[in-house]
Amino acid sequence: MIPGSFEYIAPSSVDEALALLKENGESAKLLAGGHSLIPTMKLRLAEPEVIVDLNRIGALKGISESSGTLIIGALTTHYELETSDLAHRKIPLLAQTAAAIGDVQVRNKGTIGGSLAHADPAADWPAAILALDAEIKAVGQGGERSIKASDFFEDLYTTAIDPEEIITEIHVPIPGANTKGTYLKLPQIASGFALAGVAVILTQVENICQNLAVGVTGVSSVPYRAAGVESDLRGKAFSSDNIAAAAEKAVDGIDDVLEDIHASEAYRKNLAKVYTRRAIESAAS
Amino acid sequence: MSKKVINTKINGTNYTAEVEPRMLLIHFIRDVAGLTGSHIGCETSICGACTAIVDGMAVKTCAMLAIQADGAEINTIEGLAENGDLHPIQEGFWECHGLQCGFCTPGMIMAASQLLERNPNPTESEIRHGLEGNLCRCTGYQHIVNAVQYAAQKMQS
Amino acid sequence: MATLAGPSRLIGAPIKRREDPRLIQGLSHYVDDLKLVNTLHCAFLRSDYAHAEIENIDTEAAKRLSGVVTVITGEDIREKVSSVPCAAEIEGLKIPNHPALAVGRVRFVGEPVAAVVATDPYIARDALDLIEIEYRELPVVVDMDKAIEPDSPVIFEEFGDNIAFTMPLDAGDVDKAFAEADHVISHRLVNQRLIPIAMEPRGVLAEYLRGEGTLTVWSSTQIPHHLKTFLSLLVDFPEHRIRVIAPEVGGAFGSKLNVYAEEAVVAYLAIQLGKPVKWIEKRGENFTSTIHGRDQINYVEIAVNNDGTITGLRAKLLANMGAYYQLLTPIIPVLTYLMIPGAYKIPNIKLELIGVLTNKMATDAYRGAGRPEATYIIERMVDLAAQKLGMDPKDIRFKNFPQPDEFPFEIPTGIIYDSGNYQETFNKALGIINYDDLRDQQSARRKRGKYVGIGICTYAEISGFGPSIGVAGGGWESSTVRIERTGKVTVLTGVSPHGQGQETSFAQIMADELGVDIDDIAVIHGDTGRQPQGIGTFGSRATPVGGTAMLIAGRQVKDKMAKLTAHLLEANPDDLVFENGKIFVQGSPAQAVEFATVAAAAHNAVNLPPDIEPGLEATHFFEPEKFTNPFGAHIAIVEVDPDTGEIDIQRYVAVDDIGHIINPLLVTGQVHGGIAQGLGQALYEGAVYDENGQLLTGSLMDYAVPKATQVPSVENDYTVTPSPANPMGVKGVGETGTIASTACIVNAVVDALSPLGVKDIEMPLTPNRVWQVIEDAKKGVSE
Repeated sequence: MIPGSFEYIAPSSVDEALALLKENGESAKLLAGGHSLIPTMKLRLAEPEVIVDLNRIGALKGISESSGTLIIGALTTHYELETSDLAHRKIPLLAQTAAAIGDVQVRNKGTIGGSLAHADPAADWPAAILALDAEIKAVGQGGERSIKASDFFEDLYTTAIDPEEIITEIHVPIPGANTKGTYLKLPQIASGFALAGVAVILTQVENICQNLAVGVTGVSSVPYRAAGVESDLRGKAFSSDNIAAAAEKAVDGIDDVLEDIHASEAYRKNLAKVYTRRAIESAAS
Repeated sequence: MSKKVINTKINGTNYTAEVEPRMLLIHFIRDVAGLTGSHIGCETSICGACTAIVDGMAVKTCAMLAIQADGAEINTIEGLAENGDLHPIQEGFWECHGLQCGFCTPGMIMAASQLLERNPNPTESEIRHGLEGNLCRCTGYQHIVNAVQYAAQKMQS
Repeated sequence: MATLAGPSRLIGAPIKRREDPRLIQGLSHYVDDLKLVNTLHCAFLRSDYAHAEIENIDTEAAKRLSGVVTVITGEDIREKVSSVPCAAEIEGLKIPNHPALAVGRVRFVGEPVAAVVATDPYIARDALDLIEIEYRELPVVVDMDKAIEPDSPVIFEEFGDNIAFTMPLDAGDVDKAFAEADHVISHRLVNQRLIPIAMEPRGVLAEYLRGEGTLTVWSSTQIPHHLKTFLSLLVDFPEHRIRVIAPEVGGAFGSKLNVYAEEAVVAYLAIQLGKPVKWIEKRGENFTSTIHGRDQINYVEIAVNNDGTITGLRAKLLANMGAYYQLLTPIIPVLTYLMIPGAYKIPNIKLELIGVLTNKMATDAYRGAGRPEATYIIERMVDLAAQKLGMDPKDIRFKNFPQPDEFPFEIPTGIIYDSGNYQETFNKALGIINYDDLRDQQSARRKRGKYVGIGICTYAEISGFGPSIGVAGGGWESSTVRIERTGKVTVLTGVSPHGQGQETSFAQIMADELGVDIDDIAVIHGDTGRQPQGIGTFGSRATPVGGTAMLIAGRQVKDKMAKLTAHLLEANPDDLVFENGKIFVQGSPAQAVEFATVAAAAHNAVNLPPDIEPGLEATHFFEPEKFTNPFGAHIAIVEVDPDTGEIDIQRYVAVDDIGHIINPLLVTGQVHGGIAQGLGQALYEGAVYDENGQLLTGSLMDYAVPKATQVPSVENDYTVTPSPANPMGVKGVGETGTIASTACIVNAVVDALSPLGVKDIEMPLTPNRVWQVIEDAKKGVSE
C-alpha cells in the first residue's frame, strides 16, 4: 500500500521531460494516469527512483483533427475520448473502446498514451489502435518518429518505445465513407481487462465487404491484427455464414495464446472467434 | 528524498503541508487533512472506497500521489452536505437502506454524484455501470441502485 | 413464553436506520480513523513460502532504519505471547501450537514472521524490506485428496499425518436403504475455498496506560468480549484491566469472528513500548492472512426410489483446515455434517467428516459457515436425483419435505428444527415466478436453441446461535436496559453489529415495549467497558438471542417502573399502559404520568415504595433453549450463452421464512447481500493456490468480488412461521441468502445445459468453465 521513496518532478514541457529521462536513465519512470504504475509501486513490484509526471504538460493533451487524421494527445484520458464530440463524429470506435475500459474512475484518470506504453496484453486500446491503423508518435533524444500500430507492440508489457522516448500523440486516420466499427470484449470479471477484445472496422457497400480490419487484444501476449479473417471476408457479402467462416480464422498464425487462472488457451481462442464474429455482425448490421 | 510543500483545497478549506513525493493522496486526505470519511479498501485501485472528486473528476485517491494534487480542488464525502442538509444522494442512501457496514458508502456516494452530474436520469443499467468502480460486499447493490434512483428523481424535481 | 408487546407501532415497520447519518457523511470512526497521540505503527513481514524452515532472520538493518522503534520475531515472543486460540472441542482433534509469529517453520504463505514498529506507517513498511530471512523449502501440501494419503509430506511431524480429526455418524440403517433403493446417485461435489473480503480490512489499535495498569484495544472484530478474554490469556494481562472496543466495523461476514495473531502482537507491543500501537491490514494481507471460507470436497451418495423418496444419504466430507486453526476452524464443517439433510426427511444417514491440514490459510466462519456447503450438497444431489428419475425438481422436493404438523422435526444428525412450513414457502415462490408456465416457456425457448435454465433451492438452515451447549464459549447473550433520570433509554447489548443495523431494530423493539419515542433510545454495543458481558454478532444470532436478552431486560425495568408508577398513581401495576412517553391506567389516559417523571422519581428516590430500590436498570442473560431454523425457497432463471459460457440471470425470486420480521427494510438488505455473496461463490469467486502454495488470487485484480453489474435485482417475499425458540418468534436472517443462492444458481445453469446431457459443473461457473463443459458435452466427453 506504500510505495518506496522516489524523487518527483513534474516538467511542463516535453523537452524538459526528455532531459529528465536522459539524466536519470532507467531509474526514471513516466507517470501518466497512474492506474498501472502507482498500484505496482504500492505493491513494490516497481521501485523507480525518479517519477517524471507528465500530467502538467499541456501539449500532450487534447483531441484535434488535421487533414483526415484525428490527433490524440498521449495524455488524453479515456473519459475525454469516451465523451469527445470529435471522436463520436469521426471515429466512434474510439469512444466505444474508451467506454469499455475499467470503470468510471479509471477512465477519468487513465490515459491512452499511458495505456499503450504499459502494453498490458489485455488492455482495450490495442485492439482499436491496430484496427484503425493508427500511428504512435514518439520523441526521444534523436527527435520525433512515428511507429505503426502493427509495429508498436513487441511482447508482454514491451513496446517499440525506447526507455528514453515519450509517446506524444496517437494519429488515427479517419475512415472513409461507409465505414463502421465496433469493439466488443469479454472482461476478466475481477480486473475488467479483456479476456478477449475485438475491434472491427469495416467498409460496407451494398452488403459487400470492401475492407475489413480486425484488432484482437487479450488473447495473445501481443495484440494482433487477425489478417486471416480480414482477407477471407474482403470482397464477400456480409452473410452470417461468410462472417462465421471468416471469424474461424481469428487466431490463425497466433502461436502465443495466453493461458492463466482466468481463461485457458482453448477458451481464449474460442472467444477470439466468437467475438470477432459478433463484432463483425454488429458493425455490419 | 526531498519533501515538497503542496497546497490543496478540500471541501473549500485550504490545506498546506510538506509531503514526501510518495505520499498517496488518500493518506493526505485522511492523515494530513484529517478527513477520515474516505476509506482505504484495497491496494489495486479496484474497490473505490477512497473515491473523491478531484478537480471535478471522480478519482480513486489511492492511485494518485498527493503531490499530483498540488493546486487541486478536492471534494470528499464530508463536504457533500450543505449547512447540515444532506445531499439528495445521501438522503437516497438513507431512505433506501443503501448501506450496511458503511465502509464503501462514502466512495460509493461520491461516485454516484459523478454519475448523476453526467447523467441526471440514468437507467438501472447505467447506474450499475456507473458504480462499477466501487465494491460493496454488504448490500448486493440493489438498494444502492434504488438510492441513486431516489436521488435522481429528487434532484430533477 | 410471552408474546410481542402490543399495540405494535414500530416492530414490523421499515424504519430507516439510525446508524446512517454518520455513515453517509463520513463522520463515523473505523479503527484506522482513530488517532491517539504518539501512536506507533506496526507492520508485519510475512512468509513468502508455504512450507519452509526458517534458517535465519536478520533484523539488524531494519532496526537501524531511522524511525524504527523495534523489530520482533517469533523467537523474541515465544515465551511471552501464547498460542493463537482455537475454541473447538472435538474428540480426537489434533491441535497444533499456533505461534503468533512463526517459530522455526512457516506453514502457509502470509504467515507472520516478524513485526516492525515505527513512528510512521511509511517507515514501518520500508523496514520490512530490510529484514532478511533465509528459508529452506519443504515439500508443500495443498491438495486435500493427496494430503490424506499415507505418503504425503506432513505439516506437523508430531501428528504423523495431516488428518486433524475424523467424525463419523451412522443413523438408521443406511446399508439397507442403499441395498433396497431403486437408484443410487453418487457424486463428487466441491465447495471451493472463498475469501471473505469485508470492505474494511482488519485493524488493531492498542493503548497501555502504565499508571492505571489498563490495556485498551480497539479492534475491527465481531466478538469484543471474547477478544478481551483471549487477549488476557495471550499476553498474560489481567482480564479485568482490559477493555476491548469494536468501533465502527466495516463488514466481517465471519472473518472477524476470530482472535488473530496480529491482535495479540499489537497488544503485546503496546504494553512493552508504553505507547499506542496501531496496525491496519493491507488488502494483500487480508487475502493471505485473514480466514478463508468453505473448501470442502464432498463424496456423496443418495438412495432414492422411483417415486422420488430419498431413503438414504452417505457422504465422506473432506474439510480443509489450512495449516493452523483459527478460533472455530474445525467446527465449521461440523455444521455441514449436521445440516446435510437440508429441508428433507432422510431417515438413514452415514457420514464421515475428515478435517485435513494443508499449507494454506486457515478456513473458518464465512457467512453461512458450513451451511451453504450442506445446502449445496443436498440441493445438487436432489436435482441429480430428479434428473435421473425424469422428475420435475419441484416434485421431488415436495415429496421429501416434512409436513407442517411434524415440527418440531428431528433430523437424523440430531438437530431439531424448531418450526416450519416448507410447502407454503415453496408454493409462494413457485407462484411468484409462475413456475408451471415457466417450464412451458422453457420448452419453447429451448426449441429456439436457447439454453434456459430454472434453478430451485429449498433450504433449511440452523441459526440463532444458540444454546450454549452448541456454541464454543457460550451461546447466551446479555443486555442491560437503563432508564436514565431524564427518561432517555440506554440499551447496552453484548451483540456487536457491523452493518446489520441493530441500533435501529433493537430500538424499534424497545420503543414498542416501553412506549417511548425511538429517538429517546440509544443502543450501545461493541465496548466491553460499557456493556461488560456479551458474546457477539455471528450465526444470525443478534436478534433471536441478543434481542431477546434486551427484551427481557426491558420488561424487567418496565415492571419496576410499573410498580413505581402504580405507587405514584395509587393504581394497580397490572392495569398500566406505556404509550407515547406516558404511563396511565388503562382507559384513563387523561390521568397519565410522564415516562420521564417516573424515571426521575426512581432516581430521586424520595418517594419509593418499600420494596423498590432506587434507579431503573436491569440486566438479563438470555440462554436460548434451542436453535432457530429459517428456511425458504429461491428460484432463478438463467440463460447460458453456448458460444462463450456467459450466464445471464434473468429473474431471481427469494421467499424466505425467518419468523417474525422486526424491520423489513433491513431484512431485505440482509437477504440481498447474502444472495450476492452466495452468487459470488456460484459464479465468480474462488481462492486458487498453485502447487507451491502460492495464492494466485491474492488481489482484487484476480479475485472477483461481485460488482454492481454482476448481481441481479432480486424479487423478495416472505412467509412467517414464528420460532418457538424466543418470545419474539424471530429466527435470524443474516445468512439465508448466502445459504440458498449458491445451489440455486448452479442448479439453474445445470438445468439450462441439461439438454446437452450436462449433470454438473464445478464452481465457480466461470464462462470458461461453462464453455468447456458445453464443448465436452457436445463431443460426448463424460464429465
